[in-house]
Amino acid sequence: MSRRGRLAVFSVAGLGLAVLLVAAFLDARPFGTAFHPLGDASVRASLLERATANTVASITFDQRGLDTMGEEFILFAAVLGAAVLLRRDREEREAAAPDERREGRGQVGHMPEVIRLAGYLVLPFVVVVGIYVVAHGHLTPGGGFQGGVILATGLHLVYLAGDYPALRWLQTNRIFEVSEAAGAAGYVLLGLAGLAATGAFLYNVMPYGQLGQLASAGTVPLLNAAVGIEVGSGVVLLLAEFLEQTLVLREPGGNRRAGAGG
Amino acid sequence: MNLLPYLVTGWLFLAGLYGVVSSTNLIHTVVSLSVVQSATYVLLLTVGFRTGGTAPVFADIPLGTAVVDPLVQALASTDVVVGATVSALLLSLAIQVHKRSGTLNPDELRSLSG
Amino acid sequence: MSVLVAVALVLTAVGGTAVVLTREPVHQAIVLSVFGLLLAILFVVLQAPDVALSQLVIGAAVLPLMVLLAIAKVRRGERG
Repeated sequence: MSRRGRLAVFSVAGLGLAVLLVAAFLDARPFGTAFHPLGDASVRASLLERATANTVASITFDQRGLDTMGEEFILFAAVLGAAVLLRRDREEREAAAPDERREGRGQVGHMPEVIRLAGYLVLPFVVVVGIYVVAHGHLTPGGGFQGGVILATGLHLVYLAGDYPALRWLQTNRIFEVSEAAGAAGYVLLGLAGLAATGAFLYNVMPYGQLGQLASAGTVPLLNAAVGIEVGSGVVLLLAEFLEQTLVLREPGGNRRAGAGG
Repeated sequence: MNLLPYLVTGWLFLAGLYGVVSSTNLIHTVVSLSVVQSATYVLLLTVGFRTGGTAPVFADIPLGTAVVDPLVQALASTDVVVGATVSALLLSLAIQVHKRSGTLNPDELRSLSG
Repeated sequence: MSVLVAVALVLTAVGGTAVVLTREPVHQAIVLSVFGLLLAILFVVLQAPDVALSQLVIGAAVLPLMVLLAIAKVRRGERG
C-alpha cells in the first residue's frame, strides 16, 4: 500500500478509535475517585498480614509474585534476543581482528581529564545508591527493578570515563552473563523453596518479622536481591551488545574514525 | 476538566500510532512505539489515583492514611523496565534489517529476501 | 484536580507529540530523553515514586543511549 493510502486509512481508523476512546472515558470513573476496593485490600494485607511497609513491593513480590517472574523472564529473553541478533558474523569479525590487536592499550578518543575524574568519583556513590535501593525495596520506594537499572547505568560511567581496558575486561569475562542467569535462577529457586515447604509456588516461607524493620516481609528482600542482580546484569549486557561495535573499531585520532554520533 | 488525564492518554496513544504509521525510518518507528507504551503507563496511574491520597509507602506515615492504589503502580513499574528491553530488541532487529538490505526506510523494504 | 497535575499532563502530551514529530533520529533521541523526564515528573505528581524511579533511569538514560548507539551502528555500517 502506498504511503498516502496508508495515511488515509490511518486517519479514518484513528478518528474512529478516538471517538470510541472518548466515549469510553466519559463512562469511566472520575479521576481521583475514592473507590479502590482491590487497592485497599492489598494495602490491608500488606501492612497487617505481611509486615511490608512498601505496599507496591508487597504486591510485586509477595501477593502477585508469579507475574513478576514472568516479567523478569521477558527481560531475560529480550536480552538473549538482542545478543543473538547483534552477534558479529564472520566478515565483521575478520574486519575487526587487526584493529583489536592494535587496541587494548589506549583509551577511547580524547576524553577530557575532568570527565574521566568525575566518572570515577561518582561511580562508587552510584553503586552504593543502587545497592541501597535494592536492599530497602520493601521499606521505601524502590526495589529490584529500580535498583538494578541504577546499578547498570552506574557501570556505564566507566564507559563515560573512557576506561576502555576495564570495559574490555568486563565484556570478555562473561561475569554478567553468569550473574544474570544466577539472578533469574535465584528467583525460581526461592519459589521452589515455597513449593517444597507448603505446596504453593513462591509462597512466602520466611518469617514476616516486624513492620518497618530491615529484616521484615519474609522473602521479599531476597526476591528483590535476585531481581536486582538479574535486571542490573541484563541491562549491562544489553548496553554492552550495542557498545561493542562502537568501541572495538575506535582509534585515538586514527584514520579509521568510527564511533557514536556518526 | 476531570477528563483531561484520559484525554492525554488517548492523545499519546494516537500520536505514537501516527508516528509508527507515517515513519520513514525504522529507528523513528521504535521510538514512536515507546510513546504508545507510555500512554498505557499514564492510563494505569490515572485509574489508580485518589484525590488527597499519598504514595503507598508506609515507612514514615501512620497506618490508615489514605493512599493511592498500589496495584497499578506494581504493574507500571515493572512494565517500564520490560518495555525498554523490548524496545532494545526491536532496535537490534532494525540494525539487522539495515545490515541485510542497506536501508532503514520501511517503504523501500520489499520482499522477504536475504 | 490540582493545577500541578494538569500542568504535568499537558507537558507530557506536548512532549509526546514532539517526540513523534521529530524525524531526525539523533534529535529524536534527545527529545525522548526530555520526554522521559517529563513522564517521571508526572509519575511523582501522581504519587507513584516506584514507577518514577524506574521511568527516570530508563526513559532519560538507558533508552536514549540505546537509540543513539543503534544509530551509530547503522551509520558505521553505511560508511564501511
